[in-house]
Amino acid sequence: MKWLSDEALDRLRAAADAPDLSGTGYVLIDKLGSGGMSGVFRVTDTALGREVALKVLGIEDSSGQLGARLLREAKIIAQLEHPGIVPVHDVGTLPDGRVFYTMKLVQGLRLDQQREELGGLPERLRTFQKICEAVSFAHARHVLHRDLKPQNVMVGPFGEVLVMDWGLAKLLDPGVLAEEKMVPKIAESGRTLPGQDASDTQSPEADTAHGVVLGTPGYMAPEQARGEIEAVGPRADIYSLGAVLKFLIEETQGTPKALAAIAGKAMAEDVQQRYGSVEELAHDIAHYLDGAPVSAYPEGAMTRMWRWMVKNSAWLLLILAYLVMRALLILWRAR
Amino acid sequence: MRDDANLLRQGNFPSTRWSLIVAARSVEPEDRRRALDILTSAYWKPVYKYIRLRWDKDNEQAKDLTQEFFFHLLEKDFLARYDPQRARLRTFLRVCVDHLIANEDKAARRLKRGGDAQILSLDFESAEGELQQVEIPSPESMEDFFEREWVRSIFSLSLERLREECQQRGKAMHFRLLEFYDIDEAGKEFTYEEVARQFSLKASDVTNYLAYARREFRRVVLEQLREMTGTEEEFRREARTLLGVDAS
Repeated sequence: MKWLSDEALDRLRAAADAPDLSGTGYVLIDKLGSGGMSGVFRVTDTALGREVALKVLGIEDSSGQLGARLLREAKIIAQLEHPGIVPVHDVGTLPDGRVFYTMKLVQGLRLDQQREELGGLPERLRTFQKICEAVSFAHARHVLHRDLKPQNVMVGPFGEVLVMDWGLAKLLDPGVLAEEKMVPKIAESGRTLPGQDASDTQSPEADTAHGVVLGTPGYMAPEQARGEIEAVGPRADIYSLGAVLKFLIEETQGTPKALAAIAGKAMAEDVQQRYGSVEELAHDIAHYLDGAPVSAYPEGAMTRMWRWMVKNSAWLLLILAYLVMRALLILWRAR
Repeated sequence: MRDDANLLRQGNFPSTRWSLIVAARSVEPEDRRRALDILTSAYWKPVYKYIRLRWDKDNEQAKDLTQEFFFHLLEKDFLARYDPQRARLRTFLRVCVDHLIANEDKAARRLKRGGDAQILSLDFESAEGELQQVEIPSPESMEDFFEREWVRSIFSLSLERLREECQQRGKAMHFRLLEFYDIDEAGKEFTYEEVARQFSLKASDVTNYLAYARREFRRVVLEQLREMTGTEEEFRREARTLLGVDAS
């Protein structure tokens, strides 16, 4: 065998890593990125003449658990039809045996790559509200994300916000998938056909025991970091949202105490001290944007009075003007 | 001279996981010999080049030390100390090389004495020639250098095996196109239609043949890697290294 140059090694690596799309109706364009177990490629869907993102298992395991996990991820996302969650189009197995799914190609940047471009504090908070809306929707469908962080949020050129990467999602109600017995059959071509029973609801927990840590340090709740899988509930996502909020506001000048308090409450060490739901957290943000008091930041009597005066300043000015006029009238008559 | 691709085929172990590591520790001499032959075929070039550059040894010294290293690997119970749960095999072997060089004088004396060491037939000329074509790494990047040479070795062996498989299946043209595009890089100068004319094929055949060859290349690489790794986690980490996939 002839000697392989460094350039040939790189080409062979890329060739071996690229998904085998022969006979699938997809044509490879380029690679968008990769994570721990999968890569994401930009491909053309030749049937519909549009570009989509194709997520494919990078390295297979001998048990097939990783493929099952990717399939499960696709099925979970398919249950979450929301403007803040990227829609899945297709799922299947490539000729090389790797499981894949396709989804909307999101044009934009990750939140961590464009915090400064979002604008000032109000714009950042409105972006955060959109993240909360998507997560709240998922919670309403009994799905926890468990890996919320700026790297998993995409912001599009028109301000659209999409929560990505549901690979660590936890189903609080397994029936969410179990009731979906009819899942797409994986055709040899890689396209999908209706019919065939679901072969898995493989959860990341299925091969992990108590004590195994899934998530990202700095963004995962303490109970999650300790591997207390049973204790991880919606408030673990609320902790992560608090960390995302902290990331969004930490470089703004003179972070308001009320906002810091909101982030602090969301990230409370004690689960019970956190917000009870994502809606509560989002309401506090909305109140802050409206100049109203927030639940996370108890105000003193003076502050409350000042806020009341500012809020009712128009009425107060009218009353003050009336009193001044009355006083002047009395003085004029007394003269 | 040893035929590395042949050695890999000789492996022919049951498709159970980690068969090579298990076989290398087998009490059956024939199993051990075949397993260690496979390890040698994959690692001797990276080891030789690493000794030459990391330890600044001349050609002859590096040959002796490489022989000495594989003598230990083959004849002594060298792999008994290897724990797949604690380290990658690749890292373990590289550290063993470092230990060997630390005792270099002793090893050299033993070889000069003649001893009972079996001298392996390794093509040091080609390894030395290849060394002239790589950029000399800095002392800090020697681990990366060893890793890259290991990737080169695994890919070379995989390609050799794939070539023979393609020939046996009557798909020599598929392999030829892989060479054309991904090894020689000649393909990027031409459109698929031009390549089709050049090789007297249909344009659709070019894409299909190339897809087949790349898919089979991936399969062979991962099959070999699975044989040579000790745990599922090591397999996946090493596969990411081989395929250049970023770990999150």
